[in-house]
Amino acid sequence: MPVVRIPTVLRKHTDGDAKVVAHGATVREVFSKLVAQHPGLGEELFDGDQLRGFVNVYVDDEDIRYLSGQDTPVEADDEVAIMPAVAGGCG
Amino acid sequence: MLFGDVSQAIGNTPLVGLPRMSPDGYTIYLKLEGHNPTGSVKDRVAKYLIEQAERHGLLEPGQRVLEPTSGNTGIGLAALCKVKGYPLTCVMPENTSEERTQLLTMFGVEIVWSPASEGSNGSVRLARELAAADPDVYMPFQYGNPANALAHYETTAPEIIADLPGVAAFVAGLGTGGSVTGVGKRLKAWNPDVRVFAAEPEYGDLVYGLRNLDEGYVPEVLDESVLDSRIKVGSVKALTYTRRLAEEEGIFAGVSTGASLAVAERVCKRLPEGSEVVAMSPDGGWKYLSTGAYAPGDVERIAAGISGTLWA
Repeated sequence: MPVVRIPTVLRKHTDGDAKVVAHGATVREVFSKLVAQHPGLGEELFDGDQLRGFVNVYVDDEDIRYLSGQDTPVEADDEVAIMPAVAGGCG
Repeated sequence: MLFGDVSQAIGNTPLVGLPRMSPDGYTIYLKLEGHNPTGSVKDRVAKYLIEQAERHGLLEPGQRVLEPTSGNTGIGLAALCKVKGYPLTCVMPENTSEERTQLLTMFGVEIVWSPASEGSNGSVRLARELAAADPDVYMPFQYGNPANALAHYETTAPEIIADLPGVAAFVAGLGTGGSVTGVGKRLKAWNPDVRVFAAEPEYGDLVYGLRNLDEGYVPEVLDESVLDSRIKVGSVKALTYTRRLAEEEGIFAGVSTGASLAVAERVCKRLPEGSEVVAMSPDGGWKYLSTGAYAPGDVERIAAGISGTLWA
């Protein structure tokens, strides 16, 4: 089952859990299950049905903007990671 | 190679093949930016930030320069400002490595610390506040200054094209976005088939300790349209590849080099067999020795122990 990684800033909505298991064959389905389990995440992650600008989502480490967005397929052993956009650390 | 002073000795770095670590049928080359005068790719950026400001009349003789940096840009600016006569203030997260602090202090730089818990976002915020409050300072602002990407468009990319005209893909770490944007645009203008990939460091929880997502930040310099993909690399993987680079190829590099190399290896199979891939090595490992990143021992344990300072 896909595991969703929750960044520190959003763990207040998941009772502190850093990882949440959520079924789904696409990012959209996984997120719909995730928000159903933890409704507080809905407003943090979405503006309407679009992901907010400072929310980066990765499936198997790859940014879904360069895959198929929320239609990106999720395999059973994939990790879906949510990360806030931050300034780079190497500058 | 003869140069009149240090500011002219920037760039023209070696492009070095990795015959032992490249996947079968592909060749990965590293652009060794550690060979710049202060030891990082940021010498190119510092030179462009300062000289573009001089050219556009934004910087008066003797005027103080102020910049948010986690180290390399500060060190590059420090050397350049020293020879050009500008005093320099750097705003840095307080968890940056000891070597960087010592180098900056030696160059006579004034350091202002931003909270470690805010990461680079914190130094950007604090530097903006300080610059807004003091009209006498000039802030080049590498995260938003087109001169950053221009340095790579005009120098790094042409060097790669001259050395490796068959280059099929370019990989660089995502910090300010200057390398991927500048090099990527130039390579694609020259050959639209070139693919460009960003290796995004996966920072420790500490760096992600924003109070809310609205505190997120995407550098203005980054042009996301130039990217073919963006792949994140965790500390353990980056450190593993960095240490393998020393063991297998005899190259001692900083940890962000390992991240780019991991992505270069991953994307090879998306390219025609025989493809040549260039990965950016922003710096050598010297400035990170004190973090323990290269100490003997279990990589996972080392990565966990230094997750707060690894990318700082």
